[in-house]
Amino acid sequence: MATEFHNLQELRHSASLANKVFIQRDYSEGTTCKFQTKFPSELESRIERTLFEDTVKTLNNYYAEAEKIGGQSYLEGCLACATAYLIFLCMETRYEKVLKKIAKYIQEQNEKIYAPRGLLITDPIERGMRVIEISIYEDRGSSGSSSGSSSVSGSTAR
Amino acid sequence: MSAVMITRKVRKWEKLPGKNTFCCDGRVMMARQKGVFYLTLFLITGTCALFFAFECPYLAVHLCPAIPVFAVLLFLFVMAMLLRTSFSDPGVLPRALPEEATFIEMEIEAANGNVPAGQRPPPRIRNVQINNQIVKLKYCYTCKIFRPPRASHCSICDNCVDRFDHHCPWVGNCVGKRNYRYFYLFTLSLSLLTIYIFTFDIVHVVMRSMNGGFLNTLKETPGTVLEVLVCFFTLWSVVGLTGFHTYLISLNQTTNEDIKGSWSGKNRGQNPYSHKNIIKNCCEVLCGPTYPSVLDRRGLLQEDTLISSSNPVPQTTKTTAPLIPNEHTPDDAKPSIAASAEKNASPKEEHPAATKVPPLASPETDAETSIAKERAH
Repeated sequence: MATEFHNLQELRHSASLANKVFIQRDYSEGTTCKFQTKFPSELESRIERTLFEDTVKTLNNYYAEAEKIGGQSYLEGCLACATAYLIFLCMETRYEKVLKKIAKYIQEQNEKIYAPRGLLITDPIERGMRVIEISIYEDRGSSGSSSGSSSVSGSTAR
Repeated sequence: MSAVMITRKVRKWEKLPGKNTFCCDGRVMMARQKGVFYLTLFLITGTCALFFAFECPYLAVHLCPAIPVFAVLLFLFVMAMLLRTSFSDPGVLPRALPEEATFIEMEIEAANGNVPAGQRPPPRIRNVQINNQIVKLKYCYTCKIFRPPRASHCSICDNCVDRFDHHCPWVGNCVGKRNYRYFYLFTLSLSLLTIYIFTFDIVHVVMRSMNGGFLNTLKETPGTVLEVLVCFFTLWSVVGLTGFHTYLISLNQTTNEDIKGSWSGKNRGQNPYSHKNIIKNCCEVLCGPTYPSVLDRRGLLQEDTLISSSNPVPQTTKTTAPLIPNEHTPDDAKPSIAASAEKNASPKEEHPAATKVPPLASPETDAETSIAKERAH
């Protein structure tokens, strides 16, 4: 396995970016925000499949919760319309509340699971909700000049 | 050798590609051509001003004082909806950053295989299945992304917009996912306002003519003629537009799809986005969740300009973004990472060759992209 990184700050100081993987959107159920749970081959040696799938599934659940069309969204919509949407100047929308939860969750996942494995998840909102960007780092001390397109398994040989 | 580092805080909207104009330090986002929007504003406020000046005093006294009150409320609602439609982000999709663009290109090349020399490569299309219907996603050469379903590239604003409806010059902005309901409410309330003013103009003229004669009435309130004229022409267009959009909403279609005939003719009844229920479709469009803007317009970018006295030529301007590009969010968890990134920025002046700028986040200058590419290979 790759070198242990103890926290996110160490990751930045002692690692160099090797590659990035982009998890695409899953449009099978329409235009609601959902990401594919297919495990990318570049992460094969870096993280367990179940951990990755759990992360993506939890994110998908959060987005589904944000975009759910039900009683609460109707109430919010009708109330907002009645006030000519001025209420949004003082109130946070449900979606924004869920986005904050997502940001916190991603931060927590990075600290606990991904950074120790030399990986980093970027919040999809930073990429226009199009992709989940996972940056793959390798320890600077190990291989010399790393080719960005080479597979990560090359760096584990020491 | 003395080096001076000038740090300038720049907001992300200043570096956004596309042909939008931004006001109020990124809070307001509109298209470039705003002339017709000013005309819309003038027509609405002008007609209402005439109504309040000429009709309301008479009607409040002779008919009911609630008439001007309701007119004021309706007018305020119309203006609020218009400004909300015009000033908000319609759902612009940010362009792909270099790594994402490269990743997509590699996927396309892998999918196409080897194209013999001289032959044109196949069009860049991705097929996805949505609710058992095959939908083709097209590749946008400007934004370097495969457009999500229902997104389209607006050539006037030079942006890909999610759930693109149309570009409306009357509101001076695109109408897309985020501001469609405001646009619809604007047309609906404007129809009501127009009908309201037109009706009470007629009532006012009739009432006054009964006392003084028709021509005298027109002499006393010349504004009425103007109002009736404006309302008459507005009525046909705006009421018609409201009706058209009500039809589109009930079918969960966009103007763009309607014009292209995506789900009509031989494809009728195959719209994968429709819930096949008018009420559900209306509820989704009008009472659905309020989507956030993914364009972080007011986030901060830090631009460091390095000027060293030993070389007369200033160094390249680098945009230093922290590792996790969340410096704009008010999260408490983030500052440690942002702080470490900013601390990293200062020692850079001693090692200009060893740039440790991660090629992430914000739109970078070409110089930075080339530096990043050199590091990667």
